[in-house]
Amino acid sequence: MRHLLKLVIVVVLLAWVSSPAQTDPPAEVDSVEVAEVTPPGPVTSLSVTDKDNDHGHATVLSWEASVDDSTGLANVISYEIFRWVPFAMDHVDSLRGQLSGLRAEIAAAEDVTDEMETRLDLLEAAFDAAIDNLPQAHGQYPQNGEWRSVGVVASGVTAYGNTGTKEPTSADYIPDYADLYYRVDAVTADPVVRTASEVYGPVQCYGQWFNTDRSPVLVAVLAFGFFTLLFVTLAKKGTDLYVRPLAGIEAVDDAIGRATEMGRPILYVLGLGSAADVATIASFTILGRVAKRVAEYQTALIVPTYEPIVMTVAQEVVKSSYLDAGRPDDFKEDTVFFVTQSQFAYVAAVNGIMLRELPATCIYMGKFFAESLILAETGALAGSIQIAGTDEIAQIPFFIVACDYTLIGEELYAASAYLGREPILLGSLKAQDYAKALVVAFSVIGLIFANLEWTWFVDLFHVAN
Amino acid sequence: MSRTAVIVFAIVVVLFAVSWVAKAVVLSDTSDSGTLDAFLVTVAAFLTLAIYSFLYKDNPYYKFAEHLFVGVSAAFWMCQGFWTTIVGNLLPRLSEGMANWFMQPYQPGGYDLGFLNLSYTVLYWIPVILGLLLLMRLSPKGGWLSRWPLALIIGTTAGLNFVRYLRSDFIVQVSSTFVPLLGQEPHQWQGIGAFFSNFSLDASGQFVALLANWVIFIGVFCGLVYFFFSKEHTGLFGRASRVGIWVLMITFGASFGYTVMGRISLLVGRLTFLFEDWLGLIT
Repeated sequence: MRHLLKLVIVVVLLAWVSSPAQTDPPAEVDSVEVAEVTPPGPVTSLSVTDKDNDHGHATVLSWEASVDDSTGLANVISYEIFRWVPFAMDHVDSLRGQLSGLRAEIAAAEDVTDEMETRLDLLEAAFDAAIDNLPQAHGQYPQNGEWRSVGVVASGVTAYGNTGTKEPTSADYIPDYADLYYRVDAVTADPVVRTASEVYGPVQCYGQWFNTDRSPVLVAVLAFGFFTLLFVTLAKKGTDLYVRPLAGIEAVDDAIGRATEMGRPILYVLGLGSAADVATIASFTILGRVAKRVAEYQTALIVPTYEPIVMTVAQEVVKSSYLDAGRPDDFKEDTVFFVTQSQFAYVAAVNGIMLRELPATCIYMGKFFAESLILAETGALAGSIQIAGTDEIAQIPFFIVACDYTLIGEELYAASAYLGREPILLGSLKAQDYAKALVVAFSVIGLIFANLEWTWFVDLFHVAN
Repeated sequence: MSRTAVIVFAIVVVLFAVSWVAKAVVLSDTSDSGTLDAFLVTVAAFLTLAIYSFLYKDNPYYKFAEHLFVGVSAAFWMCQGFWTTIVGNLLPRLSEGMANWFMQPYQPGGYDLGFLNLSYTVLYWIPVILGLLLLMRLSPKGGWLSRWPLALIIGTTAGLNFVRYLRSDFIVQVSSTFVPLLGQEPHQWQGIGAFFSNFSLDASGQFVALLANWVIFIGVFCGLVYFFFSKEHTGLFGRASRVGIWVLMITFGASFGYTVMGRISLLVGRLTFLFEDWLGLIT
């Protein structure tokens, strides 16, 4: 009897526990949930502007969040951004696809027929016309177009950048100087339940000539330009501009003298930089000085180069130096020669030259990379006096350990001015010094302000990418 | 050629021929082109050892490897320059006919300045003309013309780099020196007592954070003093300059060690090739 009573109680309890699921059919549950998602409040204060400091083809949207974003009904999970796009854009897309297909067909064809070329010309003309027509098509809003989604951001976000490309051949192309219209939908968990904002437009995107985010760079350029002009003018007027002696450069003359006495050549390596690298340009000036002394002492000079353009400039420099020394006939074109543009093949060749010619002096000035230690070690093996200079920070340690004298970083630039004594070089060196003084002054002032948490001064040095 | 050199040469030839045959036998089990693969591996091993022989002294094997390397690389880079720069970049923008001739996809386009539309077809003739002017140095009378493109290359790049360096090496460098010397969140300065009671050498602790900021400030300051060329380095200025060079040398020492570790890994790579791919002694 007791067991029967227990069984009855258990059955009744089970029936009670499972009863709600049995009484509520699933279809009714769905309908109840859908009915519970009410449309959220729309985003407000939608604003669209052209993106500043760019080359155009981009806009920036900002808005105030829906009242139901995190607060109120708290049912906004995302915002979907729409742009009104004229149907003419579909025509552009279609022509773009046809054009791309035809170009691929022509590229793959063994024999390009006249018919293909005619088709290509016609398609290109039609495509250009369709692109030109886009601003006009955008002006037909709200006829002949539709709203298209351009992006989605999570709830809580109140800004979006609609960035396109400038190339009409790209599917992301957004035309400049065309009337663009935007709206932002506040979207709930049910994508159907959403509320659109008011439409914002027209707005046009276009490129700017001046990037105001980089104004600090302009100020720095003007300041540096002012210092340079000032000191160049002073140098030209004959003002004595002091430059402290640089041990590495003082040693150049001794090294040339040593080579002359030993009757062995001088090897000058300009590094792996291009003719446009600052270090290579500085190296040309030093090469000019070395070549002039070499011409005066009638010592042999070997300049193996890595780059054809560097070779061309170096030949001009050496030729001019021989001319300045009054020995133009002694100049041989073969003094400066091209080796190869492969880094380690170049090193192998220069190493070979070092051990075969046994130069009395090796000078490495310019841009160097992984080959720096190989060159300097081989030079030491050949018993040469070695003077190096580079602005490649990672390579300076290798030159320091393996060479007799090393010009560190900016000393290389200073060396060219120190040797040349030309007003322009001296003036720019002085300007650099004063720029460094400015750096120190700004650093100290900025440091004090930063520690006092006065951020306005620090913000002056903020430069956007 | 001396008798010893001939004997050494013969031994080297025999050794590498044997190596080729042995390698071919091994590779023929796994590859259809075992003989060719074995030849390539053997040649690569020979050239590697020939270059390494320079560590002993300059010798004919090194000379052979050196000249082969220089010749092949010069030819390779010339072809590379022609096919990537002229055929890959220039011609497809210059003319559709030439692009088709070289079976490259035509790349029309240009720059729309708003008031002027410059197409690639017009713009890319400028580098062509400048390139031809560079070649004028081969002409005895027109050699001076080659200075024009050189001046343009050097001037343009120097101008572009000027702005770039001013931004990265001047303005950003200045702003990076604005460091809080007395700490910031989460290491806000709360007095000497708190500093010593919470003292720790932990990398994320207050002491290390403060030390790093002081090193940055003093290092930048003294480093700049060292690179100041307009004043003799004597007195207080000279002492600051000496601190600057110490900072530089410590930095270079760290950089040296770091780079040497990288070079060791290159050596390991070459040794792995010799002992694994060539000799098969390690797997």
